[in-house]
Amino acid sequence: MNLIEAGKLAYEYIIRDEEDNVTEILRALDGVDLQVGQGDFVAILGHNGSGKSTLARHLNALLTAEEGTLWIDGKDAMDAGNAWDIRKSTGMVFQNPDNQIVAGVVEEDVAFGPENLGIPPIEILKRVAKSLHAVGMSEYRRHSPNRLSGGQKQRVAIAGVMAMEPKCIVLDEPTAMLDPSGRKEVLDAAERLNREKGVTVILITHYMEEAVRAGRVFVMDQGKVVMQGTPREVFSQVEELRGYRLDVPPMARLAHELRKEGLRLPEGILTRQELVEALCRLS
Amino acid sequence: MSIILNKVYYSYEEKTAFEAQALKNVSLTIEDGEFVGIIGHTGSGKSTLAQLLNGLLCATSGGVYYNGRDIYESDYDKKELRGKVGLVFQYPEHQLFGTTVFEDVCYGPQNLGYSQKETQLRAFGALRSVGLPETCWYHSPFALSGGQKRLAAIAGVLAMGPEVLVLDEPAAGLDPKGRDEIFGLIGKIKEESNRTVILISHSMEDVADHVGRIVVMDHGSVLLDGAPGEVFLRYKELERAGLAAPEAVYLMRDLRERGFLVNEKATTLAEAKASILEAFS
Repeated sequence: MNLIEAGKLAYEYIIRDEEDNVTEILRALDGVDLQVGQGDFVAILGHNGSGKSTLARHLNALLTAEEGTLWIDGKDAMDAGNAWDIRKSTGMVFQNPDNQIVAGVVEEDVAFGPENLGIPPIEILKRVAKSLHAVGMSEYRRHSPNRLSGGQKQRVAIAGVMAMEPKCIVLDEPTAMLDPSGRKEVLDAAERLNREKGVTVILITHYMEEAVRAGRVFVMDQGKVVMQGTPREVFSQVEELRGYRLDVPPMARLAHELRKEGLRLPEGILTRQELVEALCRLS
Repeated sequence: MSIILNKVYYSYEEKTAFEAQALKNVSLTIEDGEFVGIIGHTGSGKSTLAQLLNGLLCATSGGVYYNGRDIYESDYDKKELRGKVGLVFQYPEHQLFGTTVFEDVCYGPQNLGYSQKETQLRAFGALRSVGLPETCWYHSPFALSGGQKRLAAIAGVLAMGPEVLVLDEPAAGLDPKGRDEIFGLIGKIKEESNRTVILISHSMEDVADHVGRIVVMDHGSVLLDGAPGEVFLRYKELERAGLAAPEAVYLMRDLRERGFLVNEKATTLAEAKASILEAFS
């Protein structure tokens, strides 16, 4: 069985006025089908309001769907009573690093999660050391988190999730507020966890070039999964993606435009290296 | 008409154990009508700089001159300055508070002391120029989508009729189409009014595509200052400062290393495309 199995998952936000009358119903998820296997690295793309973050919150049992089926690590996520167990299986990292740091010292912050799971102190110490090492932040363990850069804070947040030893980590636009080197640090850390520790990574992002690093890409629109495939398959559909308010990575876009101008470049170019090689073969 | 920063230093929590120097000896002249991008890593002093420009923060030492006048003179009207130098903060939609979009946009001009009629005229004008559909003007700003909220917040600043528009990370958190829309709007505002626009960002692609001049901040100082084509050629210095050049710049470098005579000063995808087509046809 897959680590995550969603079938026809639906969720509505019900907006009420001051007298508690329902004024609007927003169907944020409208029949999502999604399968993610243990050890996968998947990216979820979609415009603002397409339902990505609502879906992410279901994977961590912050929200419970009203319709459909959702199994996470063999547990039924439609039953709110399983929330605590599900949160042991999937950890979550949010967009703003400043909103998810709770302690005054880096290692205490990382220890917060396992402490709440009731892990014995000796074991917590081991996990904190291991998690900080995994994201390359060991030398900062006694620092104050508020003096760290954005990328470093996000890596501490990832370590905090890792210390709970989940099978899966959901990153909801983890790089939106970071500068280029911070973005690279966070993505490298996530990729390494996936490759070396076999942690399933679900990356939600607005940066198409980040999704290239995933093994599989899901595109959401209006609460549904509308496209899925390898990055190469998905990003070859330039016009379709634009229709969903998305884009393709910059080098894929350039290759597409050069092809339209008559250069005989192959389909499926995603990265700069691929474009350079393809151009070299032309001449 | 210009903004001049002369040897500006700024420290947070000065004279305490927590003192942190955010700006060190920054001197800059921004001429009227320029479109300037300020880039820098997180914590490089970009946002501090933005808040100095309209007097929200006061330099620890050094001077800030707006149109030839020292804004730190005791009789200088700071309130008027804040109307003239409009600052759109990061995630400006978090600052919406009016019961309707229209009311929210009226708040700025009202506080600058304009009559009710003038205030409303300005609000109408601003909402129109950001392209928010009239159907949502009288809705709660909180019922808008993320991108629309941001437009409403920008309208709130435009309604004050600023001569200079400073935008701090205006596209953060938006989807690709939303990013295009915001930058399209900023370009349109720039073109129509020929205002000075200062764009603060850490997305090199966004900056390369739009501005005429780039100021690179690194640890509170100006590292580089020049046209995008010149600044991005020095990508090694940018990388050392936690930044990077746009992909197009690296593509040009790689192709030149392989012996193709492409334009090394191409910084945008459009320029790269033109140069490749020329070299390969």
